Amino acid sequence: MLLMSDKTNYKQNQAYQTFAKQSEPSIPVLFNCIKAFLIGGLLCTFGQGIRSLFIHFFDFNEQTASDPTIAVLILLSVLLTGFGVYDKIAQFAGAGTAVPVTGFANSMASAAIEYRTEGLVLGVGSNMFKLAGSVIVFGTVAAFLIALIKTIWMQVTGGSL
Amino acid sequence: MIQGSRTWVFPGKPVIEAAGVVGGPFEAKGYLARDFDQLFDDIWLGESSFENAQKKLMEEASWTAMAKATKNPEDIQFVLAGDLINQMTATNFACRSLGIPYLGLFGACSTSMEGLALSALLIEHQEADYVLTGSASHNAAVEKQFRYPTEYGAQKPPTAQWTATAAGAAVIGRGENGPAVSAATIGKVIDRGLTDPYNMGAAMAPAAADTIEAHFTDLNRDPSYYDYIITGDLGRIGLPIMKELLRQRGINVTDEQCLDCGVMLYKEEQNVQAGASGSGCSASVVYGTILNRMKRGEITRVLVVATGALLSPLSSRQNESIPCIAHAAAIEQKGGKLP
Repeated sequence: MLLMSDKTNYKQNQAYQTFAKQSEPSIPVLFNCIKAFLIGGLLCTFGQGIRSLFIHFFDFNEQTASDPTIAVLILLSVLLTGFGVYDKIAQFAGAGTAVPVTGFANSMASAAIEYRTEGLVLGVGSNMFKLAGSVIVFGTVAAFLIALIKTIWMQVTGGSL
Repeated sequence: MIQGSRTWVFPGKPVIEAAGVVGGPFEAKGYLARDFDQLFDDIWLGESSFENAQKKLMEEASWTAMAKATKNPEDIQFVLAGDLINQMTATNFACRSLGIPYLGLFGACSTSMEGLALSALLIEHQEADYVLTGSASHNAAVEKQFRYPTEYGAQKPPTAQWTATAAGAAVIGRGENGPAVSAATIGKVIDRGLTDPYNMGAAMAPAAADTIEAHFTDLNRDPSYYDYIITGDLGRIGLPIMKELLRQRGINVTDEQCLDCGVMLYKEEQNVQAGASGSGCSASVVYGTILNRMKRGEITRVLVVATGALLSPLSSRQNESIPCIAHAAAIEQKGGKLP
């Protein structure tokens, strides 16, 4: 008896879930991809511009210019987050502002701002990596796996492709 | 007096003597700004944290309601209120400064009508002369708990809703005229297995439909009895779903008749996706806009159905579906129009 009613409930729920899904406005995936591509591309072009500035006007070369470039992008991202602008740009840009280094900086800065009222140690310190933490964990795991594959490949093939 | 399965009828018609409604800067830019008693231009409300800012919203709404009813805290026997923050600290702290005997309620965003229904019950049965009821929510305080950090740049889907920074409180008594609570229907927890916390409207719509159906069955009424059926925060996604569910069950509501506080609060250009949410949303819209329209004689009878999603960030991450509830209160003009 209980099983019967569970089954009908399940069926009703399935029917409702399908109906609810149809009522959802579809997410414009293609349009979002184009926006992300353009904004993300603009961001990287901007970064390239900063990099060129460091190479041409300061004492940096192709290898060393990356660090100050990233530092500038992070600083700008944190400032925009603090002024409450970054999330508005991100609603438009989506992955375009989430994937580059500015997105990582935003995830940390936004969490730090959010928990400022709980103090520096238990608030900012322990919550800053709330979102960025998984990026670091899975980034490291992925890097380890790739390095492992590379090492095995090198051993097997003797370094040649 | 109980009628049918779960509807209280109040022949004495407890009256909403006065109400206080406050909001934040974002609400000031919305459609209903004129109906707020006070709008703060700073989201901190001069407080040290957003949680304290929500406490202040609740306090200000309560003091305003009492001032309008020309009542002091000593005149009021009970406060029935609640909110969405962990352990309801904002409401608890607000009641610390009010100093009125307090019963905390948790019904998520349905708290406003849960409070009104219980307040009317206390007044009807002479258990109190005056009861204060209401609810508050603060965008930054509530979203901090349920969502990503507010400044985090995640793209929100079109079904997402924006937690209102608002509070509404009302003094319920035994007045001769004014907007009065004539009946209330208590909701069941309904869960149709939806899991997306960014689509609360679709999760809550079946709960609203269930309570409305029970209300009409218990009282043997049909939708034409009410000028409006006003849902709490179903938003642009949930409202059409609820209307469809009602029509499937033979309750023929008209499109013009169904309003939703979450749809009413903000303008299109405020980019809040599917609309407003939060326990302060229905509290402020009903105790503000709707009561004002009743006082002007534009509305005589409404059924307010506040909807709540009874999830936590934890339950959501553990892949639990979203249980929802809706409580309904019928508000009718008592003793003709107010002078």
